[in-house]
Amino acid sequence: MAMDEIVDGLSEVSCDVLVIGGGTAGPMAALKAKLKNPKANVVLLEKANVKRSGAISMGMDGLNNAVIPGYATPEQYTKEITIANDGIVDQKAVYKYAQNCFEIVEELDSFGIRFLKNENGDYAVKKVHHIGTYVLPMPNGDTVKKALYRQLRRARILISNRYMATRLLKSADGRIAGAISVNTRTAELLVIKAKAVILCMGAAGRLGLPTSGYMFGTYENAANSGDGYAMAYHAGAALANLECFQINPLIKDYNGPACAYVAGPFGAYTANNEGSRFIECDYWSGQMMLEFYNELLSGKGPVFLQLKHLHPNTIQEIESTLHKVERPTRGLFQQGRGVDYRSESIEMHISEIGFCSGHSASGVFVDDNARTTVPGLYAAGDMASVPHNYMLGAFTNGSVAGIDAMEFAESHDFADFDAGEIAIERERVLAPTKREDGIPPNQIEYKTRRLVNDYLQPPKVTRKYELGMRRLAEVREDMQERMIARNAHELLRALEVQSIMDCADMAAHASLYREESRWGLYHLRTDFPEKDNENWFCHTLLRKRNGVMTSEKRAVEPYVVPIADDEKDLYDKQRIRASA
Amino acid sequence: MPLATYQTSVPVVVDETKCIADKGCTVCVDVCPLDVLRISDMRGKAYMAYDECWYCMPCEADCPTGAVTVNIPYLLR
Repeated sequence: MAMDEIVDGLSEVSCDVLVIGGGTAGPMAALKAKLKNPKANVVLLEKANVKRSGAISMGMDGLNNAVIPGYATPEQYTKEITIANDGIVDQKAVYKYAQNCFEIVEELDSFGIRFLKNENGDYAVKKVHHIGTYVLPMPNGDTVKKALYRQLRRARILISNRYMATRLLKSADGRIAGAISVNTRTAELLVIKAKAVILCMGAAGRLGLPTSGYMFGTYENAANSGDGYAMAYHAGAALANLECFQINPLIKDYNGPACAYVAGPFGAYTANNEGSRFIECDYWSGQMMLEFYNELLSGKGPVFLQLKHLHPNTIQEIESTLHKVERPTRGLFQQGRGVDYRSESIEMHISEIGFCSGHSASGVFVDDNARTTVPGLYAAGDMASVPHNYMLGAFTNGSVAGIDAMEFAESHDFADFDAGEIAIERERVLAPTKREDGIPPNQIEYKTRRLVNDYLQPPKVTRKYELGMRRLAEVREDMQERMIARNAHELLRALEVQSIMDCADMAAHASLYREESRWGLYHLRTDFPEKDNENWFCHTLLRKRNGVMTSEKRAVEPYVVPIADDEKDLYDKQRIRASA
Repeated sequence: MPLATYQTSVPVVVDETKCIADKGCTVCVDVCPLDVLRISDMRGKAYMAYDECWYCMPCEADCPTGAVTVNIPYLLR
């Protein structure tokens, strides 16, 4: 039988802990769960293939947030992330990460993943952030996925590749019971009963449309279509601060990082068309992105990453990382453009919008044990709400989730669920395959994401949002009534576009709810241009209640690490002032 | 509504003289995060069946015979 041909099938399996998503957080969560109880069954479900899936498919060029003794303390890091997030942070989870991450660095090192060390054998940590020193380069970061995969095989984790999870199952009393998934090459359904479920499904990176017009030329791995956000939403879990969009400074058209985190410590910097610096610090924050955006619009753009003033040996060293690790086609792209870093600067632009706590703070709400608001359901990595947690946060919080989820599984039996849910989901999933005539998923997706760009991209204008939501509702109707999928691969895309549509609706709803401006460009509302600490110094939680999208405020937990009044606005001072 | 075929020039190119898919190799198809590569029934060689590429490179890096080349998609080249 040919691949992609649709097969009618449904099977059911069960396990103690189900981890969904085999990118960064997922493998670590699965590993830690299994090591905690080697007799238990741990299943790692992946839409692509664990060997090469997720944001670090080809590796990673550095740790952006390593708290290494001698360079930084957990208190300093917690303070920096709190300030970078305009104070809207539950510090307990950030502080716990900061305390645990060095242990994870050493564990990764023991897996064979190497980090830059100086001549004394100490980690060579670099300064990129506004205040502290947390960036640790990984010159052979191309080995990350292979090293993780070896660990998974050694621990005998059950890996199921090419299964896309579509909905979570819950018991009548609201506890997690498992998940429903579909094979991306045959369209057969697989129901997985589980005592605990960990969502590690990455960012919602296919939300906005890249300016190149190429739908898969996104900043995030284009497989990260926000399925985890949509699944958590439909399961009734709370999602935090979704209005705090992810928007990043990237190589124009290529749409990948340039990358200032790699090149900055060697002396590279972001400059305008006059060759002048205009931002104090290259660390990605909403405040920094606002200055970047303003510069592009000011007539002083384009904006560039400048390396040409550096020594040729230094440039060669930077190239050897940029063109080998994380996004290795960067070299091919620059070569095609005739750009040599020795003589020409790298033209930069800003990315499409997305949700991602890895870089901003928009994620499924979790506490410091990676627990969501649904009992037995966990989340970690880019899709969980611990802010700015990057790759090391995915590993560290994935580890926390794996251990806590196994403890949950050890003290709970399988929850009962209504078998009727499976029939309903099967009908929903396969609906596009049952139609003879209609609109293919790529057109539904293009239109949805084009509307996201036209109406939801900051600056956020209330009237534009209202119009955008009307247009999106029309496309949703087409999606639900008329979309067709002629083979299993098209069905995969058809399911992904439903996640994208859900994320677009959540982005709009969350943005209209917060009636102030905060986090620089991430939530810049022209109708409410000021930060309003009196009414909006709080998280927002979005969730589905009785079938309806709702938002509410949630107080910021008391700080573990106090922030002095004169420190609170340090990230607001990003623009370089004219010297006296 | 009838559907038309939309022509695109695809970024992933396979050198059929080097590709050993006809010997049972499926490495590039296995590792692609977007699942866009297939083995041709007619030719027994790998090819890009869907123009949905993140130009990330596992297919090229993991190919045992060096048959796969990832180019930058034309729209962003």
